[in-house]
Parts: sequence; structure tokens; C-alpha cells
Amino acid sequence: MTQSQSFRVAGLGLVDRAQPLDFTFDGVPYTGFAGDTLASALLANGVHLVGRSFKYHRPRGILTAGSEEPNALVELRSGARREPNTRATVTELYSGLDAKSQNRFPSLSLDLLSINGLLSPVFSAGFYYKTFMWPASFWEKLYEPMIRRAAGLGRAADAPDPDIYDKANAFCDVLVIGSGPAGLMAALTAARSGAKVILVDENFAFGGRLISDWRTIEGKSGSEWVNSVVTELASLPNVRLMPRTTVFGAYDTGTFGAVERVADHVAVPGPGQPRQTLWHIVAKQSIVAQGSMERPIVFGNNDRPGVMLASAVRSYINRFGVAPGRTAVVFSNNDEAANTIDDLVRAGVTVAALVDTRPMLPPAIKAKARKHGIRVFEGAAVTDAVGGQRVSGARIAAAYGSINNIVCDLIAVSGGFNPNLQVTTHLGGRPQWQESLAAFVPGTLPKGMSVAGAANGSFSLAACLREGARAGANAAAAGGFNNGSASAPAVEDELTEVSAFWHVDGAKHKAFVDQQNDVTAADVRLAEREGFRSVEHLKRYTTLGMATDQGKTSNVNGLAMMAELTKKSIPATGTTAARPPYVPVSLGVLAGEHRGKHFKPTRLTPSHDWAKEQGAVFIEAGLWLRAQYFPKPGEADWLTTVNREVKTVRSAVGVCDVSTLGKIEVHGTDARKFLDRVYINMMSTLGVGKCRYGMMLREDGIAMDDGTAARFADDRYFITTTTVNAIKVLQHLELCRQWHWPDLDVQLFPVSDQWAQYSVAGPRARDLLAKIVDKPFDISNTAFPYMACAEITALGGIKARIYRLSFSGELAFEIAVPARHGDLLMRKLMSEGKEFGAIPYGTEALGVMRIEKGHVGGSELNGTTTAADLGLGKMASTKKDFVGRVLAQRPGLADPDRPRLIGFRPVDRTARLRGGAHFIGKDDQPIAKNDQGYMTSVTYSPMLGHWVGLGFLARAEARIGEILSAVDPVRGETTLVEVVSSAFYDPEGARLRV
Amino acid sequence: MRIKCPYCGERGNDEFSYLGDASVKRPDPSAADASDAFYAFAYERKNVAGPMQELWYHAAGCHAWLVVTRDTRTHEISDVKPAQDVALEQQKTASAP
Ligand SMILES: [Zn+2]
Repeated sequence: MTQSQSFRVAGLGLVDRAQPLDFTFDGVPYTGFAGDTLASALLANGVHLVGRSFKYHRPRGILTAGSEEPNALVELRSGARREPNTRATVTELYSGLDAKSQNRFPSLSLDLLSINGLLSPVFSAGFYYKTFMWPASFWEKLYEPMIRRAAGLGRAADAPDPDIYDKANAFCDVLVIGSGPAGLMAALTAARSGAKVILVDENFAFGGRLISDWRTIEGKSGSEWVNSVVTELASLPNVRLMPRTTVFGAYDTGTFGAVERVADHVAVPGPGQPRQTLWHIVAKQSIVAQGSMERPIVFGNNDRPGVMLASAVRSYINRFGVAPGRTAVVFSNNDEAANTIDDLVRAGVTVAALVDTRPMLPPAIKAKARKHGIRVFEGAAVTDAVGGQRVSGARIAAAYGSINNIVCDLIAVSGGFNPNLQVTTHLGGRPQWQESLAAFVPGTLPKGMSVAGAANGSFSLAACLREGARAGANAAAAGGFNNGSASAPAVEDELTEVSAFWHVDGAKHKAFVDQQNDVTAADVRLAEREGFRSVEHLKRYTTLGMATDQGKTSNVNGLAMMAELTKKSIPATGTTAARPPYVPVSLGVLAGEHRGKHFKPTRLTPSHDWAKEQGAVFIEAGLWLRAQYFPKPGEADWLTTVNREVKTVRSAVGVCDVSTLGKIEVHGTDARKFLDRVYINMMSTLGVGKCRYGMMLREDGIAMDDGTAARFADDRYFITTTTVNAIKVLQHLELCRQWHWPDLDVQLFPVSDQWAQYSVAGPRARDLLAKIVDKPFDISNTAFPYMACAEITALGGIKARIYRLSFSGELAFEIAVPARHGDLLMRKLMSEGKEFGAIPYGTEALGVMRIEKGHVGGSELNGTTTAADLGLGKMASTKKDFVGRVLAQRPGLADPDRPRLIGFRPVDRTARLRGGAHFIGKDDQPIAKNDQGYMTSVTYSPMLGHWVGLGFLARAEARIGEILSAVDPVRGETTLVEVVSSAFYDPEGARLRV
Repeated sequence: MRIKCPYCGERGNDEFSYLGDASVKRPDPSAADASDAFYAFAYERKNVAGPMQELWYHAAGCHAWLVVTRDTRTHEISDVKPAQDVALEQQKTASAP
């Protein structure tokens, strides 16, 4: 049987009573209405106890009606969609909503861990700091497990989030944040002038306080007036209305981050619908109209369910038609809150007392109270709430000191209002203290931002409307839209007096400053006694304001109490700047589509599909997927496959996809000069139709990248980079071209994606390519010798380029065709190569063969090595300057004792070598002092039948034949190795030039 | 932050990559003090609080290097020029009698 909504008030509220919605809380079924939040629906059913507190497991209820809520945090949904710490006060009710209370054991009403309240000295301020000073063994064995069990909030889902999240960009002339009276007037005025306007509100309904307070504008109720304005805005083509959207951060140059909760108000998003969207909003002008947040007064047991902010009480009554109690006490220090008695009376709630800290209430309020027969306590305070899991009374200290216990189930409390200025501080603005308002108001604002209404400390409705209209007109005018009328509807004046009051003396029970982090008034006093007096120290020592609510209802109270204790002014004690995000933002929406395999793009070569058909195993190289090896049925492991691939290349012919190499066209009359300056070796002397290996350094003298340069015409070179450095090298060359030598006539064109390129290597490579290239191109050794290049056609008229380059040490060519023909070329190479025993080979075999030849790779070009270290010192030209030349001559880099590249083989030929092993004299202790170098690349050489390695060793050339220990402390292995030449296979290079 | 590329218009800073101080120029490699000058060029930077000329690269755009004048305290950008134009202007000034 569903519980009746016995606290719903007939005739009040904006919820749709024709649309009842069923939901459950802790498994109990309830009913609410469309237009409810979870909090209002719970209150309509008389449910106040909704959670247990963080440290002390105290019963907690609903303090607010907005996103500042510190207490009413629940687990929403279940399974993979389970979402912890969801604020019930902003959760829009939907049919089938399933919520659970958090942090209770075994049940919400019987929480055994509330005994933590008795252990409270353990959990007092500075607990973490002091605990870290104790022996570590205490921490690990005792305190951490205890804290983890006892202090914590909700549980995250333990399955991957099944929903999708989107990202979007929006641009506007005027961004209006908040849709209360100021925001609506601002948006309307700017929109009428023709400016492109975006109006966002974190709520699902526009209107802010206008739909929560009982107001009249131009003869209409607040909500009627809101509807008329929103209707007009919605009809304008230059306006985008974004409800359910929270601006969580202000960033540079008018950029704002916002989260739109697209489908949080349904059980499951529709097909293809994102759950949430992350917006980047770029606004020429922005208007912050986020209103204010009421702050509580700190008194004993002020965290009991039934203690509620006065503004929240009005929201529940006027917007949701819910009476948050039967008998209320209003405890205030300001006119607006004292007027809550009107709303309570209208909702049929008995007001047992109006307690105001001010010695004299305005006569109008007093008269009103008298009319309704309400007891008035002036200059008085509620010292404690009475009751366990729900308020059952208020203990009131009257002005003359007498104590009065009054029975009630609701205490509507207000300590005044804090302008909601967080967003104005995200870029470093410091709020200013304004004594007359007893509140901070926005300080210096970022360029293009203005603040209007309560967010600016202008609390009256008349002022909100006026400031909103003016801000809207000004913002539009700043963008050249001058037609906006800045007139605002006139409304009657109201009382907005406040007298600063922060906390009650003489409380008998724990009085909470920060309810989410369970920080008490006593904790603030302890921090002061122990010397943590600045607001930054106070925060860190007590954790005040450091919960997910960022202390929206607690920071100013904590600050004011510290000011009082230290006898300083509030501004001298500190301020309350905030950092983004304004409210917690889910990691899912920040990640958007960029998760799993979409975390980064995957680049595929033109013949990828072909390789997949062959059963290739792929490996990531930068963003690319490259074929690592091509296993054949019956091959036991990858090593068997790779050995076969190497042996086939060295005895017949193999084809390797090298399309991933970085490729850049270098054109211009100064191309030769330019390349001379970026490579260590000469490129200007390269003949047309020839290629050359080249190395580039960074300006600090360290090797950056290697590759080849081919010259196709006097003013036209084509260079390659390694796969992973393609983008970095282009950026470097562009800097050289545009910034270092702007007068050179040279242009760079990145063409990595334009060419599909294949290495064809092995003794039969020429036989195979002869069938591929078009006649009359002569591929013979005489006509097309080692290091030649040519622009030709292949496969019957397809434009192609051919280079006689070899990385494997075999007779080899690289042939390139436009990317769209890559797949065809690969298939042709394989079918035409059948008669020569052609096979495809992958990056693994490529790596084996380069180590067998002693060529350097990524492990050697590792950002710490010079050209000389790599054995390429002699390549560096002495006839010209080049990037890195000067600093490569520094004593440290030119030191002849620096470790140099050399080869290694195991003394016991059956032993395995390990990359990363360090070389130690064979009789020396394996300690850092005796370190002589390290192994960078190792492989099993199928040609030699044992492991070989490359590495860096001090004075390497002079030590051929020496025996050393290769120590691998990670795997706990030590292997005796012999220093040998790095040219393991065909050292004369005879196989290359045939 | 948004940067107004002279070629592409105003774009989000995620399209750009940052290099650093544009007031240091690659020294003359043939000068007698080249070794010290290059050391300073490679490593020595001022930690400016205020307007600073910086090199940015429009990596996800036109590949232009830009000289961006940015206030390091506020991130306010007061000027953006193609680096090549700035460099050419500097060469002209340096070679003027
Ligand atoms: Zn650009």
C-alpha cells in the first residue's frame, strides 16, 4: 500500500497533481507528483530522516531546497547506474525512481555506528594531522580500516556506466546564469535588443525565488510572470533556453563550462540520448544572476531532521505545496525570514513562536505575528533543537535569560543571505565584505562579466528586476545591440533588514558549522586554540568547507566564528573564494565519448583490412595500429613466427607496411639550405634522384629523430620521420622555417596520410618489383643503385615513388603509391610474389633485423643520447651550422667517456638477454657506483642462433671482447655478456648493394 | 582561453600548443660567445608576471607559429601576430643602418 501524501497542502504549489509518480526510498513505496524533487516528495510523505552524517552517523534530514544541500545525499538508481551522493533537493522526481539512504548500518533508523558520536574526541578537528604523527603501524592496522568502515558516504557503481555522455559548444553575445527575477529581466532585455542570448538555470523550472516565494509582479503571481517572460524568450530565434544546466566554472576569455542533465530526470535515457552533455559556452558578455543562498545559524542539535532553512520552508510550501511540518518555530535575524510566518500560516502550519535575535522587530512583522497569535521572542535565540531522529521541540533562551521549551516539529532557521558569487571568483576575483548586508559581495570581476540581483547583494525583488534589466541592456550594448529598453516592472517595496548573527552561546548539544563534513563549533574553537587561525588553516585543520558542497552553507559562519574568537574583523580573517566546479561534476560527462577504445583515435594504414584478413597480430605505435607479426597455422608461439619471417626475408623476399612513417614534402629554392640547417649532415649535396639517411638534433644537442631525405628536383625534397615523432618533427621544422629563418624560400607539406608505403626486402626483392613497376623503368642495380629514388608509375599507370632504402640489411626497396591504392599494391605484391616465396612481415621482424644490423631505434633515440653516443658522430658536418650543433659541443655531451652504442652477446650462448639491464664489471658489486651503462634493445637472432643486444657502454669501442655482468635488478637476473661490434649480421653490408 | 589566430579566427586554446618565451631568439652560431649564448637560449627564461610575448603553434589549425602577447596574471591576450612576420620585421630592424 502506497503511503498517502499527508503533508501535501491543497491549493498550493506548482506540481502537477494530475501526474502522480511512484518511487521508492529504502525500499518503501511512495507517491509524489510531476514537478517534485525527491526531497519535496519525501517531505510530502512526512519523511524527514534521509541519511546519516559523515563522521558521527547522526540522523540527518533536508536542510535546503537547492544545490547547496549538505545533508540529504542519497544513492540513486541501482546496478551499473548507481550514483552516490546525489542531492535529493535537486533530483527531479520520475516514475520508478529508486533511492537509498547512505552511510547507515544496519538501517537508517537504527544505526549502530552512531556510537561514533561517543568517540567524538577521536574524530575532532586535526584528527588526520595528529594521526599522521603517530606510528605508521597504528595507522595501517587500526585507524585506516576503522575510518574506512565508519566514515564514508555513498558507494560508486561497480560496473561500467552504460550511458552515453556528449560534449557540445555554444557561442553567444550574452550568457545569463540563473533565471530568477534578475536573470529573467537580463535575458529579456538583452534578447529584445537582438543579441544572441543563452539563459541557463540549474533547475528544471525557470524562475528561481519567483516560483518559491509568494510574490506579485504587474498583477500576476510570480510563476505567472515567469511563464509570460519564458514564453516570450522561447519565441525569439536569438535565444537558447537551457534548463537543467549548471554552469560549473568560469574560464578565460569568456569561456564557461556547463553540464546539462539531459536525461537525469528519466529512469533510463532514450535510445541514443546522452545522459548528460558537457557544454563549452563562449560568451562575449556574461551576467551572473544566481541569487543568494541562505545561511543557517549555528545552535545545538542544529542538524536534527526538521531543522530547515527558512527559504527552503517557503520553497516547499509555495513551489511544491508541501508543509514541512505541523508546528513550526521560526528562528531568524532578518526580515525576509521572519516573514516566513505568512507562508506557514497559509499552508496551515501552526507557528508556535517567532524567535529573532534582533532586540526590536519591525512593527509590521510584530503586528502580523500578533494577528496570527504567534508568540514573539525578540533578542532571543534557539539554543538547541530537542528530539532524536526528528525535531520535537525548541529550547529558546529569551532576551532576559529565561529558558522556554516549545513543542514543534519544524525549526525554520535563517542567519541571513550570502550572495551566490562563486562563479565570479573562479578567475581569481576576491569577494568584498559588506557590513550592512553582513555578507560578502562580488569583488573584481573578469572582463565581460557583470552581476545582478541577489548575487550582487541586492536582495529586494525591485532591485533584482532593476539590476537585471540594466545588466541585460549593458551587456547587449557592449556587443553593439542598443535597442534594449532597461525598464523593469515596478513592484512594492519590502523589508530586507538583517543584523549579523552567527552562532548561539549556551547550546547544550553539539552545534554544527559544516554539516556535510561534521565540523562543530567546538572544532572551530579547538583550531583557534591550536593556532590554526587563518581561514586557509581553519579549513585544512577542521575540513570545514572541504566537502562536496564546498561549504556553501558553512564557510561564512566558520569564518565569522573565527573572527570573533580572534577578535578580528571578518575581512581581516579571510574570504570565501571558490574553485570550479560549482557543484560536483561526474567524471562520465567530463570524459564524454572519450572512453574505452574511443579514448584516442586509432589510425589504420590503407592495407589494414588486408593485414586483418591474413590474421595479423597488431600493435599500437603512437595512434597507429601496425601489424606486429603474421602467425601461420601450426606456429607454436610468436617467436616461431618472427623467426620464420626473418629467415624468409633474408633468404627470399618479404613485404612490410611502412606507411606510418612521417612524411613531409620540402619545397622551395631554399629547401637545400633549410635541410642543411636541420640535419646534422649535408643534404644540399644530395643529387637529384638520390636518398640519404639523416639525423636531427634538438637545440640542446640531444638526438631528436632520424629518417631519410630523397631529392626529386633541385627545389623538391621528400623527407621521412619515425612513426611516433611525425607530428613533433613537423612542429619543430615549422618553428625553424617560420621563426628562426623566416627569409628562406621553403614550404613544408605534411603528406603522411597521402602515401601508402611498403618495404620490399630480400634477395628476390628486385625480381618481385620488376613485375610491379611499369616499363620502361629499369630497376637493375646499375640503373637504380643503392640509395637511388625515382618517381615512376606502377601496376599499369598508378603514380608511384620508389626508393632503394634498406633497414633490414638486405637488398631492399620502398615503394609508395597514393593511399587509395595501398590495398591494391599490397595484394599485388603478395600475388606476384608467390613464385619467389614472398611473405608479409611485421614490426617485430623489422625490429629483429635492425638489431641484427646494429641500427638505432626508439630505444636508442631515447631523449638522453647524442649523435656521438649513437656512433653517428662522424655524420655531423663541420662545414655548416645546424640545430643542436653548438650545444652538442658542451663538455658534458662531448665527453669521450660517455657511454657509446655497442653490441653484446651472452657468454653462454643459450642465455637470454634483458633490455634495461645495467653493465657492471664482472667482479664488481651490483651497485649504482659501479654502473657502466645499460642495454637498450635485445632480440633473439634467428640468423646467429642466440640472443644479441645493443646498449650504451663507457669507452665502448676500446672494450670489444671484454666480459661484463648485465644486471637486471627488476627480474633479479645477472647474465655474463661479451662486448662485440653492433654489426652482428653481414658486417660488410655485402647483401645490400647487389 | 581563446586565441585569435590571424589566419583561422578565434579558437579554443586546445587547438594550440605552447612553446614559451618569444623574446629569446636563436643566437648567431658563428659569434665568439655562441656557446654561452646558446646555453642561455636553450635554458634561461624569465618568470614574467605581466604581459609576455609567447610562441604558440596552431597545431590543430593552420600550422602557423604565432607570437601571442598574454598577461600571465590574467591570461588576457592583447595581441597575436604570425611569428614569421615578427621574425622578418626583427631581421629588417637588425640589418637597418
Ligand atoms: Zn590558424
